[in-house]
Amino acid sequence: MFSLESGSGFWNPILWVLIFFIAFLLFYGIRGFGKSTYKKDTDQTKAFLSGNQEPSAEVMHVKASNLYWGFTTSMKTVYTELRKMHTGNASDYVLWFVIILACLFLIMGVM
Amino acid sequence: MNIIDVLIEQSPALIIAIPLLGAFLMPLVSRINSTLRNIFGLLVLCLTGFFVGILASDVLANGPRLYIFGAKDLAVPMVRILFEVDSMSIFMALITMVLAFIALIYSWSFMKDHDGLDKYYTLVLLLITSTFGMELTGDIFNFFVFLEISCIASCALIAFWISEGEALEAAFKYIVVSAIGALFVLFAIGMLYAQYNALNIATLANVLKYTFLDKIILVLLLVVLGMKAGLVPMHMWLPDSYGRAPPSVTLIIIGATLASFYGVLRVIFTLYGNVLSTTMRFSIPLNVLVGWILITLAIISIIVGVAMALVQSDFMRLIGFSAVTEVGYMFLAIGAGIAALGTPYATTALQGGILHLLNDALDIGLLFLVAGAVYYTTKKRSLDDTSGLARNMKYTTVFFVIGFLAVAGMPPLNGFASKFLIYESVYQLNPILSIVAILCSILMLAVFVKVFYAVFMGPELPAFKNVTEAPRSMLLAMGLVAALAIFIGLFPNLVIDALVKPAADALLNHAQYIGTVVGGI
Repeated sequence: MFSLESGSGFWNPILWVLIFFIAFLLFYGIRGFGKSTYKKDTDQTKAFLSGNQEPSAEVMHVKASNLYWGFTTSMKTVYTELRKMHTGNASDYVLWFVIILACLFLIMGVM
Repeated sequence: MNIIDVLIEQSPALIIAIPLLGAFLMPLVSRINSTLRNIFGLLVLCLTGFFVGILASDVLANGPRLYIFGAKDLAVPMVRILFEVDSMSIFMALITMVLAFIALIYSWSFMKDHDGLDKYYTLVLLLITSTFGMELTGDIFNFFVFLEISCIASCALIAFWISEGEALEAAFKYIVVSAIGALFVLFAIGMLYAQYNALNIATLANVLKYTFLDKIILVLLLVVLGMKAGLVPMHMWLPDSYGRAPPSVTLIIIGATLASFYGVLRVIFTLYGNVLSTTMRFSIPLNVLVGWILITLAIISIIVGVAMALVQSDFMRLIGFSAVTEVGYMFLAIGAGIAALGTPYATTALQGGILHLLNDALDIGLLFLVAGAVYYTTKKRSLDDTSGLARNMKYTTVFFVIGFLAVAGMPPLNGFASKFLIYESVYQLNPILSIVAILCSILMLAVFVKVFYAVFMGPELPAFKNVTEAPRSMLLAMGLVAALAIFIGLFPNLVIDALVKPAADALLNHAQYIGTVVGGI
């Protein structure tokens, strides 16, 4: 009843949750063997920057635009083309519609 | 005939009539006070939901139901409009109903400080009416009429935040694209009427011969409805519109977009169902050709959608591009189902695609609600301007995590169940397609990990120290969608057996749809 059959495989979410829960209990148990040395609101919780002052939150903030820089730079050629395609111009939107229409007319034997 | 039978018999008309009447009464009710306006909106939707519910139970138990506006005797050649509701249409109506409820509850708090709410709720109810109309009608011209109403209502709602110039620009682009699309649909309908002297989908499907004009009609309908559903490269209106409309409205526009996707299914499986596997082009059956066209566009949509989402810094626009990717997954499944028509995995692909319709609406909808909650509290759209909100918006953060894991197809959430069916079935058609789809799903996870970090994690910025959690009605709306996502993820079989399989069977068994009307003559 809870097993989703695809014809070539199956997926049982309840079983997955059960295994996940057992794994969680196991790891939680292992964590309990550790020694707690954490002291809240002490220097222990501050980042160590070779004795320098911790910068303000605004300065430390890595902005979303900077994330995946490596990926987007290595894919620069693809992104240049994709950005070129997304002009934001309504007449280009209609042009793409006409291009697809023409392609399908050719494939389906209208032209 | 008892009262329940009468109500069921009248329900296709009432599902349209109640929100339509509600829409026109809304400005009057709004004049009394805002609480009454909110209660009235909820009452209208509750009543509509009741009729959708009883109609769904009837259709799922007894098969398609017909409602005739005009002469009851089908043998009499008269102008009439037929509503034909089968398991696929009612599945779509249920999705629309859920989205409408959630959007209304969310709007109570989200829109409360805005002016012109009488017009807002009127347009919302009109959009809901038109979406129901597109899903329940059995008449292709009537489909066009509801498509037009949907376009106009959507356009006005996208431009609702008119003080922001970009909202107006997005609405303008939307109406340009929609109007051109609608003209081509009208042209296609005109050609159908000129050839067969009929506008009823079942009647047309019964007599359709796949002439030269029918080829043109097929292409026109597929391309226009594909564009309205957000298929690349005709998707550009979608991130613009989804990104600029109020998020409470975006949820209902998602419903209208899915109604266009439903239109594609109806055209291929019902209107062209009889000729699909018997007609040849380039010595290959038409279903294989159409299937592979959809697969190609779907794969491009998946790749372009996720690649563009990765570089967005506007929260809502990013979700808009993710929605394009999700539309791609649906088309991939449907394309595979059509290309491999007759094989067991074609049915699985179709079921995966139909389940993904529901999951996409819920997951993308949930992400928009979260984006709306973030905008409501911070007044920021850019991911660069926000940080560390999880400290003060704990519930919203949890809902976002549920939403993004579901969209990325992570188990055990609902997105995984449908993507599992899609991957497994598409793999049997062509393994490369499945591999690309899985890789893009991983990339989708990366997209939302970025959002999670940028909005909710990271250092707490001084500007957001006093930010509070979103209001209760918004949390309730997000909570309901999140609960549904978890429930469908844990018990996918319940939804598949009750709703998805009958919907897939209704599409594959087009003879039953045709027979319900044509059999009556």
